[in-house]
Amino acid sequence: MNPTLADFGKDPWWIILIKVVAVFVFLVVMTLFTIWYERRVVARMQVRPGPNRNGPFGLLQSLADGLKLAFKEDIMPLKADKVVFFLAPVISTVCAFTAFAIIPFGPFVSMFGVRTPLQVTDIPVAVLLVLATSGIGIYGIVLSGWSSGSTYPLLGGLRSSAQMISYEVALGLSIVAVFMTANTMSTSEIVSKQAEQWYLIALLPSFIIYAISAVGETNRAPFDLPEAESELVGGFHTEYSSLKFALFFLAEYINMVTVSALATTLFLGGWQAPWPITQLGPWVNQGWWPLLWFTVKVLILLFVFVWLRGTLPRLRYDQFMRFGWKVLIPANLVWILVLAGVRTLQRENLTTGQTLVWIGVALAVVIVAAALWPSKKDQPKQTVEEQVASRPEGSFPLPPMDLQIPVSPRAKRITADRETV
Amino acid sequence: MLDAVKGFGVTFAHMFKKTVTTKYPEAPDPVAPRYHGRHILNRHPDGLEKCIGCELCAWACPADAIYVEGADNSDEQRFSPGERYASVYQISYARCIFCGLCIEACPTRSLTMSNEYELARDNRKDLIFTKEMLLAPLLAGMEQPPHGMRLGDTEKDYYLGALTNPGTSAGAETKQ
Repeated sequence: MNPTLADFGKDPWWIILIKVVAVFVFLVVMTLFTIWYERRVVARMQVRPGPNRNGPFGLLQSLADGLKLAFKEDIMPLKADKVVFFLAPVISTVCAFTAFAIIPFGPFVSMFGVRTPLQVTDIPVAVLLVLATSGIGIYGIVLSGWSSGSTYPLLGGLRSSAQMISYEVALGLSIVAVFMTANTMSTSEIVSKQAEQWYLIALLPSFIIYAISAVGETNRAPFDLPEAESELVGGFHTEYSSLKFALFFLAEYINMVTVSALATTLFLGGWQAPWPITQLGPWVNQGWWPLLWFTVKVLILLFVFVWLRGTLPRLRYDQFMRFGWKVLIPANLVWILVLAGVRTLQRENLTTGQTLVWIGVALAVVIVAAALWPSKKDQPKQTVEEQVASRPEGSFPLPPMDLQIPVSPRAKRITADRETV
Repeated sequence: MLDAVKGFGVTFAHMFKKTVTTKYPEAPDPVAPRYHGRHILNRHPDGLEKCIGCELCAWACPADAIYVEGADNSDEQRFSPGERYASVYQISYARCIFCGLCIEACPTRSLTMSNEYELARDNRKDLIFTKEMLLAPLLAGMEQPPHGMRLGDTEKDYYLGALTNPGTSAGAETKQ
């Protein structure tokens, strides 16, 4: 029996404490692991071994980096707004951690004799909580950019917030299809609804849009414009150092884990074992085993993040914004419309003839709309003379088009010398 | 259309290739046999120095990295066969460009180059290698000069084929 919404909110306080601490530790360990994982994988893609000197396979590299970061000098810029400067990374990190509260790690397990779902909590609008926390997390970024009292962080923060807000629209819309199919926003129930078939198959366009906008949402390559080193130094965290910088780093990687975990939950069947493993028996989806499937799915998605980084160059800002607003969001809306139409047709119990008529009507509307769509007229090309004539009064004087450049006296003399010899 | 996706295949395939990184400090790559590394002042098989203090290497040096002071040998204080030896011999590796012109200039094959290239030091003074640092190590059968000529009566015996005379002190050219 999979957990449902009714099974939450009944844990004793110490179970809640254990779960909260476990999720906290999971996220911190995942962050340390993901940094190592990313560096190793991207290094292999560049035919080099990557960090391999601290601990076995270099696994302790990120721990060493974290310790080094903690011992560095914490610089407070003179022009910084001290309170906000301090609060911004805290907001980012707290929001990043909070989002993970509703991620289901597994079904019921027995914890010290208490039967409890492997999930901190679940609420009727659980998925919206993730969107809400990531929305508030943007405050951390825009406030850090503003409070640094410096130009680059300000530009980076503005860019970052514009990017995250834009892609959050696409992200939110891509989840709508899941809600329409599952008829619930509770994460545990969405996972149970995928027992037969993952939503990845039924809602492939949604998954693709979710995956793309998740990369934009987490500021990862190829959408890592806020940190475009060549343009903005470090982006919003240029002025940050020591533990405050570490908090931003932590938040960034936790956000990566969160969107991966949410993609797993919404599209990849959550903690449920994938197909060939389910043939082994019902035990694979019981007890603590699902924690393994969940982690493996998250790690595979994190690999895709790294793969993207290793493959694609960074987008230009206008390309990026155009892609988000003009491609992802309209495509999403059309997909939701199609899905809603299909759902309505299924619900109405129409005969095949009626169904075909309605599909025909929809197609006819699309064709008529496409035919009547105003097309952009090509501007007639101006000749050079027309362009010159159309310049406003007082423009910089142009040399005449048939300008003959006089031969320099020196060249003339040389030619004359040559001819006399 | 497919070109955009091809890149993913390239990066994925590269993950399974052998890495190009060398394990430098643990297992340095072997250099070419005639690599121009740091210099060696070679010895005759009895331990006497081959350097005769002629300063041709210093004159040949385009970077002015070599400093030599010659001195006279005496029967009591003999460092090399023949009249003269180098009482001071210094090579500054802050200046040396490893062109090897000094090697070509050396008339006795005293100065050669080894394969050692780990010459980084943390101050300039340590980059000036003295004669003691440059001299080849004493191998079996060699004795620390000053001592008499054990391999002949005159220096001509050392040079004119009276004995087998390898160009270098065997074994001194590779890294110790």
